[in-house]
Parts: sequence; structure tokens; C-alpha cells
Amino acid sequence: MDNLRLKFSKTGRAIYISHLDLMRTMQRAFFRAGLKLKYSEGFNPHAQISFALPLSVGTASCCELMDFRLSEFMSLTEIPFLLNKALPEGISVLEAYEPQTKFKDIKWLDVDGAFEYDGRSADDKVSGLMDFFSQNSIIIPKKNKSGISEVDIAPSIKSIEFDSSGSFVRLKAIVSAQNPTLNPELLVSALEHLAPELAPDFGAFTRTQLYDCDMNIFR
Amino acid sequence: MPKLTALKKRMCDMDKKLLRILPKVQKPARYTGGEYNQIIKDKASVDIRMALCFPDTYEIGMSNLGIRILYGIINEMDGVWCERVFAPWGDMENEMRSNNIPLWALESGDPLAEFDAIGFSIGYEMAYTNVLNMLDLAGIPIRSKDRPELTPLVFAGGTSCCNPEPMADFFDLCVIGEGEDADRELLLLLREAKKTGMSKKEFLSEAAKIEGIYVPSLYEPVYNEDGTLKELRTLENAPEYVTRRIVTDFDGSYFPVKPVVPSTEIVHDRVTLELFRGCIRGCRFCQAGFVYRPVRSRNVNRLINQGIDSLENTGYQEITLSSLSTSDYRSLNGLCDGLLDFCIPKSIGLSLPSLRADNFSMELMDKVHQVRKSGLTFAPEAGTQRLRDAINKNVREEDILSTCRIAFEGGWNNIKLYFMLGLPTETAEDVLAIGGLAMKVLSAWKSYSSNKSKGINITVSTSCFVPKPHTPFQWEAQVDMDEYRRRVALLRGNMRAKAITYNWHDADTSFVEAVLSRGDRRIGTVIEEVWKNGGKLDSWSEYFSFERWMTAFKKCGLDPKFYACRERPFDEVLPWSRIDIGVKPEFFRHEREMCYKGLLSPDCRKKCENCGAVLLMKGGRCDG
Repeated sequence: MDNLRLKFSKTGRAIYISHLDLMRTMQRAFFRAGLKLKYSEGFNPHAQISFALPLSVGTASCCELMDFRLSEFMSLTEIPFLLNKALPEGISVLEAYEPQTKFKDIKWLDVDGAFEYDGRSADDKVSGLMDFFSQNSIIIPKKNKSGISEVDIAPSIKSIEFDSSGSFVRLKAIVSAQNPTLNPELLVSALEHLAPELAPDFGAFTRTQLYDCDMNIFR
Repeated sequence: MPKLTALKKRMCDMDKKLLRILPKVQKPARYTGGEYNQIIKDKASVDIRMALCFPDTYEIGMSNLGIRILYGIINEMDGVWCERVFAPWGDMENEMRSNNIPLWALESGDPLAEFDAIGFSIGYEMAYTNVLNMLDLAGIPIRSKDRPELTPLVFAGGTSCCNPEPMADFFDLCVIGEGEDADRELLLLLREAKKTGMSKKEFLSEAAKIEGIYVPSLYEPVYNEDGTLKELRTLENAPEYVTRRIVTDFDGSYFPVKPVVPSTEIVHDRVTLELFRGCIRGCRFCQAGFVYRPVRSRNVNRLINQGIDSLENTGYQEITLSSLSTSDYRSLNGLCDGLLDFCIPKSIGLSLPSLRADNFSMELMDKVHQVRKSGLTFAPEAGTQRLRDAINKNVREEDILSTCRIAFEGGWNNIKLYFMLGLPTETAEDVLAIGGLAMKVLSAWKSYSSNKSKGINITVSTSCFVPKPHTPFQWEAQVDMDEYRRRVALLRGNMRAKAITYNWHDADTSFVEAVLSRGDRRIGTVIEEVWKNGGKLDSWSEYFSFERWMTAFKKCGLDPKFYACRERPFDEVLPWSRIDIGVKPEFFRHEREMCYKGLLSPDCRKKCENCGAVLLMKGGRCDG
């Protein structure tokens, strides 16, 4: 079958499965589900699968996308059912469909986050966080191959809201998914560098939705 | 119920702490559980909880077939939940210690102290410090005498328990031999003991009646003035000898066709089929070749079905065959054909380790390696025919060279040769002959290679011979480290061809291993001392410290050379003398004499030499 797309979530204990391990895990799950992935031709055949945006270890998601091809026909409603019986805890297929789009058209993504403050009131942080992230430019050092460079993350944050909830602050943000990619963890490291008093003791994130450049939901 | 609330709260706290730690450590998926095929049971419906511990990392432990078998078979018991525990890597250990997180089991996340039984599977001596470290990380006292309660019961099994004495002070009991039946009987007895309120002491004397169970506290070592053992005195009604336990119906015995599939890469990330236990060869240095006797095989059709079921249940794209000498499986061709019929259309790879050079079939290799031509590996073990005969390694130089010729004609260009240095009776001539053999392989390539443009890689590796208990060489002295290094240097100086790469194993680990393998109960204090000074993960070069071991020996007033480099007379009481391994001591003695005469013994299929192991079959036959 021609190009198909899988939408799946990766939560709970599965958030620690790395990108490379996820590729292996998916291939094995397809095999266990009796779904035959199409392999490339050549000396070292590999399954034709590709993921939209690699997810960093420790981040959860309910909108992961993976494209794949099958060598045999299979009904689209059957695929999630078969796969969900074959996947490890924490990975769950939500939908399989024929895509009309290409991954390169993904531009923005919705991120939910929780900032935990140990022994400090989270309520006090909300307005400070709002002010900090509404700045026109937030320049932080970023490690890359040639050493450390500076990067302005402000243009990569389309919107961000904070809301206190007891011992932690909830955040909802729309950030740039690619070109450039904003890893949500940089929101925490920006605080650590520039406003340590606002930096949480721990931040956890979940991807919730993907959009194209016109903010249409990406499918 | 205030107690339950407190427990729940603590669990939440731990989870919260873990959530923060996991993103900081290397390969966190090793610590989370949740893999496909893991077994989750309702805590309310079980009355025995067992932690199956492997004293090394997740990647090593999850590759271990013994762990897969025991995990499956124990979980088949009603009312028993068996979970997995591995040693954390150093970064994780630091985080656990600084955040007060006790070692937990992967399935439930519950700390080990809550379990009824904590069983370690120990395959190699260098893991001993990990056992102590894991108990300590769990907050459990490391010494048996400091654990007065019945539970958690701390015990061990695995090949290292062939000599249980070095770890005798730490374990409540040891399972000698195969755990399939003994572990289940032990857990049933533990259930009974919990119900009837038995004391630990009462339980242990009952457990000692189970065949294959060695209770160290029922044997008291008495020493001579020269430091050798005078006797291992039996206390109370301890059995004179503990006979190694085996599975008599191996063909019909449990095999895990639904193993846990790790979500992160492990060392042997594939389906492993077990063809047979035991070995017909009787190489005199090889502990495995004696302590798994008698030979018991699995039916070829059963194996094919187990292979297919395992592949379908795991989704693995690779399957391998496991045994001590794959070539000696009688229906190897039929097995490969049956598996390949399933594997080839699905692009599943089949690999064949442990092939012998003498009856090596190129056709078989060609069939199996349809996609890639990986390297060929031979283990001649010694350089001259004289020494190969002395160690009963039934491989002839012409066999190796003719196999190489076929391989080179078939386009192979990567050969690995494994040898040991320091074997009994070894001379300089034997050492130099290793280089000579490598040169002959090289010239075979020059004469017969079908594709010389790609060049050739010959890798020669040597390790330092470690005499092991329950082998014909159990009385031998290990060559001291300076002598070993001298032999390495001698060989290095005589292997100069560009196509030959020479790797040698470092002497330090082999020396410590030699002490631990044949140590007595006093060695336990050294292991504890090493661990107290930070020793752990000793099979990893980044953690092993020779200095730390030597300092500990000194502090404990023990000379490591007394254990490693001293030839022991036949009449000396050996620390493992209470263990009846199945093979008779007289057989080992005879085989050692044959070594010094330079004589071969026939393999078990040519002629049964009456080693004694068949008696373990209780009337069943040996498939040697």
C-alpha cells in the first residue's frame, strides 16, 4: 500500500524510549501485529518508515506521526486495532490514514508543560514568567558542533500562557516545530540563564497538536 | 488504614523523584520497565513475590537466556509474581543514593525490601561486588546473619555457584545447577514457611533437604595452619554432599517463547533458541563443558516451532542458536532448513555461533549468511598440536587450514582466532606457534582467496587461562601475571604481519577472577572490603580497579597468589568439595593425568568415558 500515516501517543513509561529505539520498537510491533512493512531494495534492506519530528527523551506526546508503507492491503481501521495489541506500555496508536501533506509543512506545535517549584509558591511565579516570555528577544547560549553560539528563542515562541495550579505552574505554548526547532526544554534553560529566580526545579512537557504555517491543524 | 496510605504516599514520592532523575541519566529506558511481554500480576492475588536479580546492567542481563527461562517459569506459578532487577549504571546509582531511592523491581516499581525472595543469577565471578552493591542499594543487610527474618530470603544460582564458598556469608542459600525445578520447590517451601510462621533457621534446614540446595550456614570451614582447608564441617543434619540439580526431561522442559522485548537495545537483541545442554567434547580447561553434563538435546521440530513462536511473539528480526558447540547438534541441517523456510521470506536473519572448525560446513554457512558475510571465528585455544592434545581440544591444524581455504575461496576475508596463554604444560614453543598458525592462515589466503583486492583481516586474541573448579585443571596453578605478560610480549614480537591484529586480555582481571573462582569463605571478606571501597561493575574496565583488590587482600591478610598461583595437591580439601557436580573427581584426576601425558580422550559420541554425569539423569540416558 502507498504512503500511510500513523498518529500515536507516547506517554508514561514510554517517554524514555529514545528515537532510535522507537524505530526498532515500531518495526517489531508491526511484525507482531502481522502487518508487513515494505522494505527498501538493495544490499541492506530497511523498513520504509519515517517519523515527523524526533521527540526528545523525557517529553511526552499525543500527536506523534509516522509514515510507512505496507506490502499488503490492510483496512485503515484495522491497523490501530492490531498495533495497539502489539505495542509496549505507553505507546498507543490513535489513527491510521492516507496523508495529504508532507512532514516538511509542519511549522508550529502546541506544548503543555508543568513547572514544579519545590517549597516555593507557584502563584508568585506566574506574572514573572508572563513578563519574561513576552520580551522581544530572549538570547541564550546554545551548544552546537562548533562550540557554543547564541540563539534568540523569542521568535520561536508564537504564544505562551501560564496558570498556577498549587505547587506547580501549568503552561501552554505554541512554539516553532522546525526551521528552527524549539525544544521546549529550552524554555527552562532560558530561565536558568536569564531569570534563575523563575526557573523551576523541574519541567515536564507534552506535545499536544501540530500545525502548518497558517495554523491549520496538520494531519 | 494508615499504613497503606503511608505506603502509597511514599510510592508517589518515589515516582516523583524518579521522574526528575530519569531525564538526567544515560539510557533511562533501562530503568522503567513497561516492555512488551513483561508480566504484570495483581498484588492482591499473589502471596509470594520474587525479585529475580541479575548482578550486571540491563543490557547484559536481558540478553541472558537463564533469566528469560526463570522469569517465565516462576511466573507460571499461581500466586507467585516474579519481577526483574538489574544493576544500575554509576550515574543512576549516584542519583539513587543522593535521592534516597532504594533499588526497585522493574514491573511494579516496588523496592526490593518488600519482596519475599531475592534471587541472584550469577554467571561470572566478577559480578560478586555487584551483588553486595545491589543489596545495599535496596537497603538490605549484605550478610546473611544480619538478616534474622525469614523474608526477604536472599539466595543465588548460576554457574558461579559451582563454588559457593566465596559468597557463602552473604547468601542464605545457593541453588546448585539448573534452577527450573529447584527454584519452584524453594518458593513453595517459602510459602509454606510463611504460612506456618517458620523461623529462618527452621526454613533453611528444611530447604537443605531439597536436592541441589546448598545452605552455607550448615557447613563450617576449618583451616589448617598453612591456610589450606582442613574440612568443611557439616553442622546439624546437613547433607554430606549437595548434588547438582538438572532438568532430566530437557526436551519437554519449559522454554520462554514469549520473552520480554526490551524497548532499548541490549547486547543480544534477538531470539535465542537452546539446542542442547552439556557438551560432548570435554576440553579440559572448560568449566561449562563439565558442569552442564550430561548432554540433553531438544527435538528438532520442537525447536523449529519454538523459534517461529518466539519470532512471532517478539517481532525480532534475528534468531540465533545457543549451545556449547552448535556443530554437535545432530539435526543441525534440518533445524536450519526449517527455520530458514520461515525466516527468508520475512528477511529475518539466522546466526550460528559456536561452530567447530573440524566439521564446519561451508554449505551451511552459505545458506545461513544469505545477505551478509560476517567474520569467521575459530578458537584453536593453543598454537601447537601437542598442547591442543594436552587440553583435549580436538581440532587439528589441517582442519583449521582447510576450513579457511574453503572460506577464502568463498570470498571471506575476516577471520578471528582465539587462544589462551598460560595453559598447563605450555612452553615458549607453544606460544610462538600461535603466531605461526596465524601466518599459515595468511598464506592460505594468499594461495586461495577469490578476491584479493579486499585484503584480509586476521585477528588473534589471547586471554589468560583461569583454572576453574570442577574441571581437570582445578588443581592447577595459574601462571603469575609477570610470566603471562612475558608470554604476551614473546608473541607480540613474533607476529609482525600487517594483516594480523593481535589483541590480548589484560592480566589483572584474569588474576582476580582466578582467586574468586577457587576461593574459600575467607575471600568473602575481601569482596566486601572491595565493595566498601567503591568496587562494583568489576567486569567493566571503566570500573575495575586492580589496586582496590590488592589493597583489600592486604587488609584482610590474604595472599591472592595462594589461591591463584599455587598448585593444589590431590588430597587438599577444595572449597567446593561439598558440591557433587555429577562428574566424578576421579574422572577429573584421570583427565589431568592424560593432559600431562599429552593424550586425547575421545568425545562422548565416540566412546563414553564414564564421567559419572549420567547418574544425574536418574535412569534417563545421556545424549552424548
